[in-house]
Formats: sequence, structure tokens, C-alpha cells
Amino acid sequence: MTKTEFPPSMISRPVYGVLEPRAGALHLIVADGEGAEAVAELVAKDSSILPKSHILYTAGPNGTDLWDKIAALGAKQAQKAASIPTLLFRLARVLQDAPMGAQIYLTGTEGLMGQAERDVMALGFPHADIQKEHRGSTVRRVQCVHCKGITENVKTDPFQCSHCGLHLFVRDHYSRRLAAFQGVNIDAEDKGHIPPAVERFK
Amino acid sequence: MSLDFKYGFDDFFRDETYCDDFTYRNSPAAIRRFPFPFDRDEYMYSVNMEPHVPGRKGSVFEKTFDVDEHYLSEMRDRARVLARDPLRCQSLPHMTLAGWDLLELIMETKAREYPQWFSLTKDGTHWHWINRPLGIDQKFTFLDESTLPYGPMEYITRQTQGDFTLQDERDGTLWVDAGMVTTQADWSLDFNIGMNFHEWHAPVPLAHEKGIFDRALKFLMKLQHGSPVRRYNWTMTVNPLLDTAPETYPEWGHMRTALTQENMGHMMHLRVELQTLYRLPRSNAICFDIRAYLGKFEELVTVPKWGRRLHRVVRDLHPDLAAYKGFLRNRDAMAQWLSHYDDGAPTSPGWWPED
Repeated sequence: MTKTEFPPSMISRPVYGVLEPRAGALHLIVADGEGAEAVAELVAKDSSILPKSHILYTAGPNGTDLWDKIAALGAKQAQKAASIPTLLFRLARVLQDAPMGAQIYLTGTEGLMGQAERDVMALGFPHADIQKEHRGSTVRRVQCVHCKGITENVKTDPFQCSHCGLHLFVRDHYSRRLAAFQGVNIDAEDKGHIPPAVERFK
Repeated sequence: MSLDFKYGFDDFFRDETYCDDFTYRNSPAAIRRFPFPFDRDEYMYSVNMEPHVPGRKGSVFEKTFDVDEHYLSEMRDRARVLARDPLRCQSLPHMTLAGWDLLELIMETKAREYPQWFSLTKDGTHWHWINRPLGIDQKFTFLDESTLPYGPMEYITRQTQGDFTLQDERDGTLWVDAGMVTTQADWSLDFNIGMNFHEWHAPVPLAHEKGIFDRALKFLMKLQHGSPVRRYNWTMTVNPLLDTAPETYPEWGHMRTALTQENMGHMMHLRVELQTLYRLPRSNAICFDIRAYLGKFEELVTVPKWGRRLHRVVRDLHPDLAAYKGFLRNRDAMAQWLSHYDDGAPTSPGWWPED
């Protein structure tokens, strides 16, 4: 599977590139699911980054687990996390020691990349200097604008907020600070008129 | 330390509500000074900036920060909204200095332009602020947050009509990094805070393709301290709701389905935003003031020129714009009601009621 192509959308909707090795004192690589393939391609472009690489990996929301591929690369450090939240705990600790000139590479699903980017940015790292490549599932992380609850791995539009239970439609408007798309009540005007859920995100 | 209001309602300051029983309305004098936003019989987006200089006497831009008959009720409504949802007022940590800039701008300006209501005296950094309509008498130390009951932006904007956002300038763009937003036309500060200029405008249809935001940003980056600018925006609001936030959409969205030809004149409001922009001196941030004015259809059509023109604008508006502004479902019914106030006569250029 190669890089995901998204249809044109509004400007706040993130777009992704292709990971390219850059010179750096540390190569911090965060990936989930099919992102392992993008990591392998990154390393294939310049294997000299491996002795300075630290890879954090977890399975994708669709169940894809390519940990063996990551483990076989021979990075200086590689860790398999049980989930995105547990991966982020480790990332926070690793970032404390990240030297000037560290290169950061994120790949996999939007939920993983968005949350890792948010945590990296919180340390003052400019978001434009963080490389990102989308691979794998296109499920979305969505904030309910009403109750503020985040629902992970949203597949359908509309969907039901996992916190307040309102039926929400999924906008392309995206907040990097929240690492989430916006969900808005679909039957606020016509109560109970909820269109059938369509699987927009796979 | 607290900010307890003692509302001085009187013959000028109206005691009215923006929720529940919706007693808000405009006096005949307020209708005459309503900032009717259409200077011709059609509407399409434009940047439409002009210098924010004192305008015609009695108009909403005679003064820098217009204080009108709705002031006290509007501040009471803001306090109500904030009590329910404190996330409507947020300031990222690097924006405190811009908040002090804003506090200084508003206090100095209001004390100068409305000395009968506001007073500011200074002894070095020891300042004394009096807001008579709201019953506030506050001594504090400028640039010392511990001497005010709220941060500087929240303190002053709880006493000032209009939503405010503060934009930091860096990396060649503007970032909406602070704001007091309780009278908005359906956008979420909590979601948008931290976005750059093009990102927070992303949902607006048609305008990106026309290059409007590129030009507007270029213009704003050159904004100079002491030379504020203004423009209009507008939408439609069913019932006099200042707070049409996405957060509370499930509470007010259904009101859009209650319109009939009988209640249209009373329930449907033209919502005009007088938007003013100021460069702030210490922080180099840009203050964006979004002041909402609500005019009932039945109030606006008492000015014959406005009745004719509003009918033509609503009838002919691009459907994408009507959808974005949230009134596509009611557009035909609105045009039908307004058509009774349009005899087909020509209208004069410009938006003043008579000339």
C-alpha cells in the first residue's frame, strides 16, 4: 500500500507528504499500522539514519500490525506500544531528551499523527518542520463541538458521539491543537431526522 | 476580588433579554442608527475595508467603541453564557501582554469618548477605572494580573460589547491565540484557537477561490498602531440570540423551523457585524472586534429604502452563501415576507436610511 490520496478539501484539513531522510542528531519516528511500510521506505532511502533512530510503533485501528517489519530494521531503539495513548506517554519522555536538530517523522493514521504532532508542537517545535506521511486507515478522530468529547476511529458520517450521544456530522474543519476534526449535531434543526450513516472513513 | 455588576438600567439603557422570553428590541432611535450593511441591491463577498475613523454624528461609528442602549443587557447575557461555558473565553499563555494592550485601548478610549459613563485616572502604573453603568470602581496595577479579578482581556471584555479575538503575528501570518466569544455567528473559539488566518477561515465558501483571504491577510499584516480599520459582515438570526454558538446549536437550531409569514417580522433578525481591527502597541498583536447588531425585519422595513433593498438582496443571494449563513431553508419565505415592502422603486446608492 502506498501513500493515501485525499480528495481536495478545505484549507484547515491536513495534507501529508512523503517521508524524506534529513540530517539530524536524532531520528524520532512514530508510526502505526501500515505506517511501518513508510518507515521501511524511509530507511531504504538512507540506512545511515538507523544508528541514530528511535522508533515508536503501535498497531493500526484496523488491526494491521507490522511490528516484525519495524523490529527487523535494526534501529538503535524500537518499541512496540500497546495503544496510541501508551505510545504517547513514551513519546513525551523521549521528547524531553531530544537534542537540537532532532528530526521527527510521523506516519500512519491521522489520529496517531495528529496527537503526536500536538505533543511535539507543545514543546515549541514548529509543525511545518514535522514530516508526516499518511498510510492505512482513514478513520477519524472527532471532537463533538457540543460536549467537547473526542470519539476515536470514527468510520461513518453521521455518527453518534461516544460521550453525549448526539448524532454528529463530520466536518473537514480540523484543529491541530485538539488533533481532531469537528463533529456537529445533525438534527439540531429537525429533531430526530438523522440520515443513514455512510461509511466515509475506512 | 470579583466583578459584580450593579446594573444601572434607566431611560437609555434597556433591561431586556437575549434568551427565553426574548424581550430584546430596538427603540425608534436605535433603528435609525442601525448599521444596515448593503450599499446596493445585491451582495457578494468583498474585503470592504475602510479606515475606522469617527463617522456621522449619532451613527454606530461616531465613537471608536459604540456603547448603545443594549449595553447592560448585553453584558448580562455575556456573564450568563460564560457561567455556563467558561471555554468561550480563552487566552494562550503568550497572549497576556496583548490582553493588557486591549485593556488599555478600551479604557483610555471609552474614558475619553464617554466621560459621563467611564473614567480612567493614572498615577504611574497605579490605575483607577470607573464604569458607572455597570457600577464598577476598580483600582489596579497595570501589567500586574494579580490586581484584577480576571486576566486583562477577560476583565475588560466582560464590560465591552462585541466579541474580541487577539491575533499573534508570526511566520508570515496571523494566529488566533486568544478571544472572548459569546456573540458569534456559529463558530467555536475552543475549536479554532491556535489556528492561522487561512485555517480559521477554511469553512467559508467561494472566498478562498476569489483570493479574498490572501488579500485580506496582506492588508492586515501592514496594519499600523493608531490606524484601525473596519468592515462589515452580516447573517440572519432567528430570535434575538446573541449567542448562536456551535456549542449550543442543539438548543437554538430548531428555532429556524418555527418561522411563518405571521411571525417573520418579529422573529427574523438581520445580524450585522461591525468588525474593527487594531494593531496593539506592546505585543504587536492585532485585536479583532466583532460587534453584533440585531435588527428585526419589522424594524428594518420601517425605513422604506432598507425594506426594498433587503428584499432584493435576500431574493438574489448566491445559494452557497445562503447555506453558509444558515438561512437557505428559510430564504424563500423571507423573500416572500419582504416582497410586501418592495414596490420596485429604485433605491439610492449607499446605506444611509434617507440619502
